[in-house]
Amino acid sequence: MLAACVAVALPACASPASGAADPVGQGRALYIESCAGCHGDDARGRHGQAPALLGVGAQSADFYLSTGRMPLADPRAEPVRSPPSYTAAERRALVAYVASLGGPRVPRVDPGRGSIAEGQELFTSHCAGCHQIVGRGGVVPGGVAPALQEATPQQIAEAVRIGPYLMPAFPERQIDQRELESIARYVLSTRNPPNRGGWGIGNIGPIPEGMVAWLLAGTALLLVVRLLGKRAEP
Amino acid sequence: MSRVGRALLLVLLFWRGLRAPRPPGPEPAVEEGGPEEGRPFRREVGAQRRDELLVAGLLLASAAASAAFIALLFADADPRLLGLSLALAVGLLGAALGLASRRLVPREEAIEQRPRLAHPEALPPVRARLGSVGQGVSRRGLLGAAGVAAGTALAAAVAVPVTALGPAVGESIAQTPWRRGRRLVGENGKPLRAGDIPAGSFVTAFPEGADKRELGSAVVVVREDPERLALPPERQDWAPLGIVAYSKICTHAGCALAMYRQPLYEPTSDQPGIACPCHYSVFDPRTGGTVLAGPAARSLPQLPLRLGPGGELRAGGGFSGPIGPSWWGVRKT
Repeated sequence: MLAACVAVALPACASPASGAADPVGQGRALYIESCAGCHGDDARGRHGQAPALLGVGAQSADFYLSTGRMPLADPRAEPVRSPPSYTAAERRALVAYVASLGGPRVPRVDPGRGSIAEGQELFTSHCAGCHQIVGRGGVVPGGVAPALQEATPQQIAEAVRIGPYLMPAFPERQIDQRELESIARYVLSTRNPPNRGGWGIGNIGPIPEGMVAWLLAGTALLLVVRLLGKRAEP
Repeated sequence: MSRVGRALLLVLLFWRGLRAPRPPGPEPAVEEGGPEEGRPFRREVGAQRRDELLVAGLLLASAAASAAFIALLFADADPRLLGLSLALAVGLLGAALGLASRRLVPREEAIEQRPRLAHPEALPPVRARLGSVGQGVSRRGLLGAAGVAAGTALAAAVAVPVTALGPAVGESIAQTPWRRGRRLVGENGKPLRAGDIPAGSFVTAFPEGADKRELGSAVVVVREDPERLALPPERQDWAPLGIVAYSKICTHAGCALAMYRQPLYEPTSDQPGIACPCHYSVFDPRTGGTVLAGPAARSLPQLPLRLGPGGELRAGGGFSGPIGPSWWGVRKT
């Protein structure tokens, strides 16, 4: 194989995910290099450290790698969205390897087929409790519910099906494919929510808006009172 | 919207009336000098019939606005109209008082040395002055009546919303729609089966055929690993296949429990918890809804579950305790 590489294109051999060989093998090599320390050489997991990857499928691998949640420096830390550590080709190889261990495929989702109104309704009842109604994220005791503006439709679908970290999973029986597409369409719409003018303070809702209004109005009133008091002085 | 427009038009017309040029009247009486010679003193009696009528009109308009607030409140009108009428009532009352102080009541400018006031012989003239504040005001009865009307009506408008408080709760909290054998249905009204509650998911359920908006209706249903369930001994048969149900109403302030934290890999994250988005009370679904964190002081009431012959979920009875936010003596019920 090395000889073939040298013959065809030498630079391509520098990257282990050159695409010249089978992606599962390359993925396995990458896995042993960076993931096996916690998930185990045979992907059966290490108790108290990392779960088994048998049966999680391409769905989980693609989600965790494309959102930069894995690899995790400290297995006890909460995985949060960050720039991916691997190139697209390396991720494809890793996903192919994890997929070869069995499990669900990457879900297909077409937000264009969903209804934004239904999506908002479903998002309100299933997601907004933690992620907040415009998807700006929030806090769950024990974790962080991330903001969703960077999520791609595929990542949205994967998260709904997997239930990463402390999030509950929503299987097909609870949120079917069409509903999932509606939710994805609604979440995409929160990237540019309708702007009614004025200071939107990140569209985080009427309660913070009211608090900001009280704060500003209270300060303005205090200033007016002070000015009036100054004028009244002889 | 047209009602609001008409009200705004009224305000505008009223403002124009206020700004209209005043007809020439008798010159206000001005009294220079003072009761005691040698001190700067000026007294102006400015009451005019027109001003009196204007103040009385403003006071009566304020009373009318307060009455309108009460009427609108009972008519269940748009809250914006309620706010507008109350604002008019207070605003007109303020305008009337301001106008009365500027145009009706005699104005005095007097400078007096402070130590002088301490002398007892200075008191009788001061008392006499204080007693003459109504000088020049001819329609005292009308103004007084209008003032009383405005004040009473505003006080009534502020007090009447008390009637909007709901009926006394009484025994209704203890009586939830849940009965032994009643089926659990989803938000779409379809009966829930055990297979509809996969591990790791979070389902809101209601009693079949009951009003979903009732406080005691909504329950959260989750499936836990039966081996990790640690329910109290008397509730051992309340969780078929590890499926447990709890009231969806937080025992702290009565919000709906909308958050479920379900660890994908428990050794490196938190244990499962049903959480309230209002003040972050967290309840443990494995131990019968005990409080894990947050301000709630009382466990979530648990609903016993049974599995029907077709695999459908049925209630095994009522809740384990009173549902809804806590109150004094809640543990005695």
